[in-house]
Amino acid sequence: MFGTTLVLALRSIRRHLLRSFLTILGIVIGVGAVVTMVTLGKATTAAVQQSISALGTNILQVRPGQGFGRGGGGPRPPDFKPEDVAAIANQIAGVTAVAPQASATATAIYEGANWSTTINGTTDAIFQVQPWPLASGRRWTPVEESAGAAVCIIGNTVSKNLFPGGDPVGHRFRIGSISCDVIGVLTTRGQAGFGGDQDDTVVMPIKAVQRRFTGNRDIRLMLVGVDERFSTSTVQAGITDLLRERRTITGDKPDDFNIFDTKQISDTLTGTTTLLTGIVAAVAGISLVVGGIGIMNIMLVSVTERTREIGIRLAIGAVAREVLLQFLVEAIALSCLGGVIGLIVAQAAIAIIAPLIKVQWLFVPEINIFAFAISAVIGVVFGYFPARRAAAMNPIDALRHE
Amino acid sequence: MGAVASNAPLIAEPLISLRGVTKTYGQGATMFQALKGVDLDIAAGDFVAVMGPSGSGKSTTMNILGCLDVPSDGTFLFRGHHVETLDRDQRALLRRKYLGFVFQGFNLLSRTSALENVELPLLYRGDEKRARRDAAMASLDTVGLADWWDHTPAELSGGQQQRVAIARALVTSPDVLLADEPTGNLDSERSVEIMQLLTRLNAEKNITVLMVTHEPDMAAFARTVVHFKDGLVERIESQHRQGESVES
Repeated sequence: MFGTTLVLALRSIRRHLLRSFLTILGIVIGVGAVVTMVTLGKATTAAVQQSISALGTNILQVRPGQGFGRGGGGPRPPDFKPEDVAAIANQIAGVTAVAPQASATATAIYEGANWSTTINGTTDAIFQVQPWPLASGRRWTPVEESAGAAVCIIGNTVSKNLFPGGDPVGHRFRIGSISCDVIGVLTTRGQAGFGGDQDDTVVMPIKAVQRRFTGNRDIRLMLVGVDERFSTSTVQAGITDLLRERRTITGDKPDDFNIFDTKQISDTLTGTTTLLTGIVAAVAGISLVVGGIGIMNIMLVSVTERTREIGIRLAIGAVAREVLLQFLVEAIALSCLGGVIGLIVAQAAIAIIAPLIKVQWLFVPEINIFAFAISAVIGVVFGYFPARRAAAMNPIDALRHE
Repeated sequence: MGAVASNAPLIAEPLISLRGVTKTYGQGATMFQALKGVDLDIAAGDFVAVMGPSGSGKSTTMNILGCLDVPSDGTFLFRGHHVETLDRDQRALLRRKYLGFVFQGFNLLSRTSALENVELPLLYRGDEKRARRDAAMASLDTVGLADWWDHTPAELSGGQQQRVAIARALVTSPDVLLADEPTGNLDSERSVEIMQLLTRLNAEKNITVLMVTHEPDMAAFARTVVHFKDGLVERIESQHRQGESVES
């Protein structure tokens, strides 16, 4: 009997293509919106997480100044010194390594190609703090590091622009006023979460940068690797106490440095994107319900309009249950059809929008299944009332209906 | 009382038997008694024309005979079984199995091919696709429209539509064909064609035909004519075909 009703329902849908399409439009939009929003939300969350984990998990970033930027007026807080780096590395429990960083901007030149990039001076500790393997070449030796040799490991963007098509390792290029030997190339890391290209960098021993570019021993940033067995907040508190002492900040004076926990940022941002995803999904979900009401509306009109048809069916021997089932199955088939089209529309929308907002294309099976299931449920819920009305008709009155 | 046609097989029990059937609509001041105690026997294989002015109760009687409606009081035996006590769905199953309907307004499903229209009762019976198709085609062939199977009602003339409707009524091989003014929407030439078709089906397939009409020309095709008046059977005539009428 179910097969029969399905045949009848599909015939009826086929017979009224335009009406069927208009009926399901709401569901199409609802399912499409929910799936698109949730998928893009998840993709955004994933992108945020990825770019933060590219900074390294279990890393504390220590900078002079309060919060982002350098704070308001007043004297600029002093940068860190190499002694601060050593102190943190030696005195705080749970610290695996401390990588200092000093940066400068310079133009790199090789055989007519030139490229403006950022020079990051650091120590070998950076490779312990951050997982950033080399694509080719080697790291600098302790001798090169302590001597501040003009050796560099370049990021992929620099490599592509200065040495298109070739292996840069072993070549010498000019950067700023010095010549530098390429000893290694970093693996690609892609866009950073905050818009910077992480591959657009030249990494050199910090002493080389300090001596030949910045001209001082200042350290702008310390990356502190935290042992997985220690909580980052404990380590953070230890560093805060140590630096306050070393920078002679007493009493209730505020810190003149700040420590970012990348995990904390990651959690906060992930929480925010998840919340936003939830909100848009809820709004999209409302359109699904509106779509369901649309189905009920058209089904009710359809039942009235097809009163004679119902009369004919009853007269030739359809029992009430079959008429009910026919209209119910029709509503369910319609809304499932809407669901399927909605899913297809969503995939198309995701494929178009994802590159525009620079997130990875993503297929989330759960939300597709969920949205489709909801569309089927909507068919049952909003199709039942019109179907019951159709089934309750008196065949004589229905046949007489004009 | 009972109208038994001369050449119909004589069976002890009539196919249909109404006794003291009344039908009342509404209640209190607006109460209206459409049938006031109808007694009527119809033998299997008969061709009955039901006539009478509007409001005489002929349509109400037809609705009851078609198991679309139930009497307020009285008994309705079909093949010796009580129908007046059946519920809605039981009556639907009875209609599905034993009755075929032809309406004045044809009542075909629009935008649906002749074949699919004819198939419809078989769908409810749960026949296989192949069997449905074959039976529907055979039925269309009986009414001479096999070549028109893929036409929708809009693409068919009135006479053709009525023949499709007859094919639909026939497809389940019913015992009784109930026709409510089957020629009411047709010109006289088409009307005669339809009546000839019904006569042929009655004779060849031994289908009992009950037909409501107000046209004496059409009633002339019947073997028995039942006249209604004021909610009662006024008189029953047995007649030879084409107006050779004999008062019973």
